Amino acid sequence: MTVAQPITTPMLAVEDIGKSFRGLRAVNAVSFHVPRGDIVALIGPNGAGKTTTFNLIAGALPPSEGRILLDGHDITGLGQARICRAGIGRTFQIVKPFAGLTVEENVMVGALRHDDGDVEKARAGANEILRLLELGDKASHPAQSLTLPDRKRLEVARALATRPKLLLLDEVMAGLRPVECDRMVAILTALNQETGLTILLIEHVMRAVMALSDHVVVLHHGEKIAEGTPAEVTRHPKVLECYLGEEHE
Amino acid sequence: MSIATLLSDRRAVLLLGLLAVLVVAPLGAGDYLLSILITILLQAYLGMAWNVMMGFAGQFSLGHALYVGLGAYAGGALFVHFGTPPLIGAIAGMVISAAAGAVIGALGFRFKVMGVYFALLTIAFAEFTRILFDHWGWVNASSGLFLPVSNRVTNDVWMLRGSATMFYYVILGMAVLAFAFSRSLLRRRIGYYWQAIREDQDAADALGIDVFRLKMIAVIVSASMTSLGGLFIAFYNNNLYPESIFSMHRSIELMLGTIIGGIGTLFGPILGAAVLTVLGEGLTVAGNAIGIDGIKQIAYGICLLAILILKPGGLWPWLRHRLGLDGGGR
Amino acid sequence: MDATFFLNVTSGGLLTGLVYGLMALGLSVIFGVMRVVNFAHGDMMVLAMYTAFLLFTKLGIEPVPALPLVAGILFVFGYLLQRFLINRFLGVSEHIQFLLLLSIAIIITNVMMMVFGPDARSIQLDASFESYSIGPLVLDKVRVIAAVAAGGVALLLGAFFRYTTTGTAIRACADNPVGARVVGLDVENLYAVTFGIGAACVGAAGCLLVLLVDVHPNLSSDYTLLGFIIVILGGLGSLGGALLGGILVGLSEALSGALIEPSLKSMFSFGLLILVLLLRPHGILGKKP
Repeated sequence: MTVAQPITTPMLAVEDIGKSFRGLRAVNAVSFHVPRGDIVALIGPNGAGKTTTFNLIAGALPPSEGRILLDGHDITGLGQARICRAGIGRTFQIVKPFAGLTVEENVMVGALRHDDGDVEKARAGANEILRLLELGDKASHPAQSLTLPDRKRLEVARALATRPKLLLLDEVMAGLRPVECDRMVAILTALNQETGLTILLIEHVMRAVMALSDHVVVLHHGEKIAEGTPAEVTRHPKVLECYLGEEHE
Repeated sequence: MSIATLLSDRRAVLLLGLLAVLVVAPLGAGDYLLSILITILLQAYLGMAWNVMMGFAGQFSLGHALYVGLGAYAGGALFVHFGTPPLIGAIAGMVISAAAGAVIGALGFRFKVMGVYFALLTIAFAEFTRILFDHWGWVNASSGLFLPVSNRVTNDVWMLRGSATMFYYVILGMAVLAFAFSRSLLRRRIGYYWQAIREDQDAADALGIDVFRLKMIAVIVSASMTSLGGLFIAFYNNNLYPESIFSMHRSIELMLGTIIGGIGTLFGPILGAAVLTVLGEGLTVAGNAIGIDGIKQIAYGICLLAILILKPGGLWPWLRHRLGLDGGGR
Repeated sequence: MDATFFLNVTSGGLLTGLVYGLMALGLSVIFGVMRVVNFAHGDMMVLAMYTAFLLFTKLGIEPVPALPLVAGILFVFGYLLQRFLINRFLGVSEHIQFLLLLSIAIIITNVMMMVFGPDARSIQLDASFESYSIGPLVLDKVRVIAAVAAGGVALLLGAFFRYTTTGTAIRACADNPVGARVVGLDVENLYAVTFGIGAACVGAAGCLLVLLVDVHPNLSSDYTLLGFIIVILGGLGSLGGALLGGILVGLSEALSGALIEPSLKSMFSFGLLILVLLLRPHGILGKKP
């Protein structure tokens, strides 16, 4: 399979990555690009290998084969912490707040890698991000007191605080009510347009996928079955087959 | 911080008040009271040292007696054999303890020995070392090492030979420094990183934190601090037995105060040490009055159980709330 | 070194190791199902040994026939402890659980200190001085009885978990407590039964060990540590692992005691533990959590 080489280096290039768990293929020869400044969505039915693909990119799992390039640099198998430092911020599908810390402190932990660990600068930066995500008034609350939608927002805030080049969002809309979902879409669109942040997201909520993404990659049974604009993939026969043939959303 | 803002902070006022009382305490205290205050401050100091590793970074060590023993023996043996001043012995003890902590940490963290397993690994190292010292002739094996007590009349701080009052001020100074050090650690990047690791290691890792390195620093800092407490014990008691200095009971005693007081808090280890020491002394007096063997320990166990059931988060977070001191710090 | 001597030391260690293994089985069962590290295990062991001692001195029942009775008493003790105290502390942080069991340990040991005093007590049976000879091999009769009984109880326990409904239900709780609750199992009760079973293993082991060693209250922390070493060697939560770990520790103690220096024997056990933790952090037969 040959991938047309774009003239500019993509923010993220995933090349033929695969992952097996004890002989079970979770992800098989998946390749796609995330162009700089774009929002790309990764969709597919349950068990399609989306989260595994995410974990491979973020370094939570080492890929069994293939290469991953961030901004032209090979980051394959570097491990989560080093990949974060290379410029990928991620959220977890099952949120992992630092429960005993306040909301502000949660975000500060992400921000402290910058400005030589200056705590006051990190605090200021954290509060700026919290305002952006409409969590500003809850800065001093303990993270364990937050509701699920707020926890999802906190995940995004914390990842943003690391000042990533690429943001990986794993189902941040799941469990949100439509109004909350629209707000998250607005926030992400604004971030993308104002700061040029590149975003790769896994999403089940099709409304959000349609509204947000420039490009959609569809996985099924660990393999890429289609990609294109949102309008293109929704008309793609294979996509229709896998979604209609199985559990629908 | 100006004097006016300092005085407007109730926590600072209370802390300074407590410190002032502790500074003048020896003037009014008899020998017995002084010895109790020394015990409280020593337990508070050791608790604060353990708290860095467990309370801040979330790494459960059940074998901190190892570092107490190494610090005590390093300072004590050098003093006995070569007349080395305790300050030099302290440095030796800190280096040795830091090295021991680094070995345990490196093995445990690299090989992914976590939680309970890690705690048991720390016990294993402490017990191993205890038996080793029990058979090591240079430190007089199980017969114990005795520090010469030639000078109890004049105070020689340099050689740590002197009166109980001198030892009181030494341990008070150590406790104050440990408190200030812990406070500054918590307010720096490293403190936030440690707490992040304590709360969720995976999420900390995903935020780019070098988890292994930070856990190593926590063990090394905690081990070095603990070894200084051991040095104090050596010079204060003037005798050292592997059986007692490295014992699991010491490891347990050392962390009890912090758990009771409030793990991860700054003042918890101090409050916990005071509560447990006073409780222990009170029960000894009561137990002697009743005259039945073991009743003191039974009552002690029941009190621990009661605190655990009523205030599982520790006494200090609860008391802090009752005193209206919440907010800002821990 | 004489080969016969070596053989006798080895077989003696092996037999004692089986009794250790039985004690550790209890620890392993409790951890495997509730994820509770029983820091009061050695204290329960000493409690069992004193119970056997009392039954012998007051009622004249020898420890081996008394085994079901002592196991039953410890079962009730363990059941009540879990039902009314430990169940309230499941899922809390490790250090809180540790403190809970430590408090229980302090209370048990000192009640015994109060009742029996600090002196060592022992049981002398007629069989205490008898032995079996197989060629050059000489086996103490009590050691053989103890080991056979330990093996028997372990087999019974294995069969219980595999073949009975309650055993299967307990395994379900260990696998997935939420799922077990969803399908209508009384998880709290099953947990209490599990702790009871763990305590009963200790009861049986205590009955047998009292034939081999003198009992005094200060043994408790030694046995707690011994139990930890054994289950971690074998793999926390694995029944076969507990027996294997017990045998390994029994052998290591016997060999280092006889060949090197008796007071160093526990150092070798701890050394073994450190080695195994580093090579196989989840024990020889343990599975990754």
